[in-house]
Amino acid sequence: MSDSTKSISPPPRVLVTKIGLDGHDRGSRIVAAYLRDAGMEVIYTAPWQKIEAVVKLAVEEDVDVIGVSSLATDHLLLPDLMAALGEAGFGHVKVVAGGIIPDGDEAELLRAGVSRVFHPGSPREDIVATVGDLATQARAACANG
Amino acid sequence: MSEQPVQLPLPGFESARAEWRRDYDGQAGQDGILRNRSGIEIKPLYTCEDWGEERYMEDLGFPGQLPMTRGIYPSMHRGRTWTQRQLVGFGTPEDYNRRLKTILAAGGTAGSLIPCNSVYRGYDCDEVELPLLGTCGAVVNTVDDMDLCYRDIGVGELSTAVNDPLPFTLLALLLAVAERRDVPWSRITGTSNQSDYISHFVANHMFFRIALPGSRRVLVDHVEFCQTHLPGWNPISVVGQHMQQGGATPAEAMALTLCTAIQYAEDCRARGMDPDVFLPRFTFFFDISISFFEEIAKLRAGRRLWQRIVRERFGAKNPKAWRFKFHAQTSGVDLTRQQPLNNVARVAVQAVAGIFGGLQSLHTDAYDEVLSVPTEEAARIAIATQNILREEAHLTDVIDPLGGSYYLETLTNRMEEEIEATIARIDAVGGMFAAVEAGRPQDMIGKSALAFQQKIDSGQETIVGVNKYREAEEPTTAPSPLERPDQGAMEAHIARFRAFKAERSQAAVTAALDTLARAANAVSGTPGQNVYEKVVEAAMAGVTHGELCACLRREFGFGQPLVMP
Repeated sequence: MSDSTKSISPPPRVLVTKIGLDGHDRGSRIVAAYLRDAGMEVIYTAPWQKIEAVVKLAVEEDVDVIGVSSLATDHLLLPDLMAALGEAGFGHVKVVAGGIIPDGDEAELLRAGVSRVFHPGSPREDIVATVGDLATQARAACANG
Repeated sequence: MSEQPVQLPLPGFESARAEWRRDYDGQAGQDGILRNRSGIEIKPLYTCEDWGEERYMEDLGFPGQLPMTRGIYPSMHRGRTWTQRQLVGFGTPEDYNRRLKTILAAGGTAGSLIPCNSVYRGYDCDEVELPLLGTCGAVVNTVDDMDLCYRDIGVGELSTAVNDPLPFTLLALLLAVAERRDVPWSRITGTSNQSDYISHFVANHMFFRIALPGSRRVLVDHVEFCQTHLPGWNPISVVGQHMQQGGATPAEAMALTLCTAIQYAEDCRARGMDPDVFLPRFTFFFDISISFFEEIAKLRAGRRLWQRIVRERFGAKNPKAWRFKFHAQTSGVDLTRQQPLNNVARVAVQAVAGIFGGLQSLHTDAYDEVLSVPTEEAARIAIATQNILREEAHLTDVIDPLGGSYYLETLTNRMEEEIEATIARIDAVGGMFAAVEAGRPQDMIGKSALAFQQKIDSGQETIVGVNKYREAEEPTTAPSPLERPDQGAMEAHIARFRAFKAERSQAAVTAALDTLARAANAVSGTPGQNVYEKVVEAAMAGVTHGELCACLRREFGFGQPLVMP
């Protein structure tokens, strides 16, 4: 277990999902297993979630971080997700993305408020530590907000 | 003064082996046991003790003859090399038509049609978010769209592999175009790729649209329809690629593919179709990983097993039914974002394995697939790789050139044993359909995917540039000149789609959908109630792709993943 996951209690709650149209879910399933093995509470969904459904689930499950996997071009919808989270009063939740995301798109996603973009080959420790740190930040932001 | 030649007596096998073993142990250190991805132990040396000429006829025979190990045709690649089938699909139907013409102008004779992800999900273009339309494939929803795809191109002159999951709406639209142009359906040739719904439920959740029992029904109806009306069409392509891309080991992927093919063949036979007629139209599609010898052995073992399965389980007497015809694609899973040009080397090695494995058709991945949808330059290199292997390296001069290698023959036999053991496990739970309902293959693949990832994480498996030989400071990749469909053109396409719907005969559309729903509710196999026949008739009446999928989803239920992490 990484230090970051020990730092908050109860452990980080992470929603691992896919939005849009693509259904390739090997990556999201492996990342879900990584986070769960690291002691986090993982809420996993099937692919093709609508933005509204992701926001609703994030609120209901009171998650700290949302991880979105994109192997086609579905990450183009992430700015919409960021906006919808804000409108739902859930702007403190951190969003990370992973998958096949070209550099140009990555810059755009970061500008839209996505905290971090992972790529094929991103080390497991990096993913676990980053999500843990972001969860800590999200909790703090929520407490202050 | 000349040197005296040193004359030594030829040593005996036993003593030479003992001496080698001693010397080897002295040098090799403590390497531990090596295993390939399928878990088979790999020894440092293979000799005639492992595989010998006395097994030649039983294990190998001659090309085009049982047991088919050396290839399904007498002349194999010496006579006719493989089909170079690269994927085509992007943007609007006009965009697709332009690209297809470019390929034909360059001498291509085979096409492929990759639809947009919105089509895969069963939707029309007005049902999804605009930015996602046409980014990964062509937006084709109506008979008019298909007509545009084939503008100035004869639908009966081109063999097309269509990525067309059930209920096979794109083929239905193609047949509607043929009817409109007075082209007899007997001239339509190609393959229904992504017809293998079991692989979708198990390993690739991209493609499924209809719940499992309904899927089973529609596939058999489709095979029956094609057998009657489309003699040049392959209605089934069984996709081992999904299993392996999802994480199955090469042996597991081959086993699950064969189990799936057995299930489909049993379902067709239960409908009353003749295995000697439908089996020759079965085709397969495999992934080629970079585990070089293992992949060659996998493909050879699969070929040998298939001829035995169709003879033993289905009593197939037609030699065409014994042929294990397959397309193969180099594995994108092995490609890396780090140092992306390294992927050119990886794809070449994967392609060599596929060629030595005796494939009929090959797709080589572009090196930048891991960064984005491939650029034109990368796609050109992928094709050039095939040309170099064939015409510069002369890989096709000799049939099954590695046949008889002590290592490869031993490995082929061991892979065959592993594959058979997995088939026996699936048989024991009642066959592939029952196994999928019980989640067995999903579980197997999930575990293997995680186990392999752990080997990479621990450094046990090397990925150059990822967990070893990393550059101190990774150079930032050049911003990829990613092509996105023109949004204005896409909006115009949607407007045209709406006009198409407004102008067609609504009475005919309603009647066609009612007829389709009635067929779906009839008992499977009822004469005159073939669901696929009704899909084709509806497409000819102007029913759209999304309407067809929606109708069958209402009747059969939505497909949902049967796997969770």
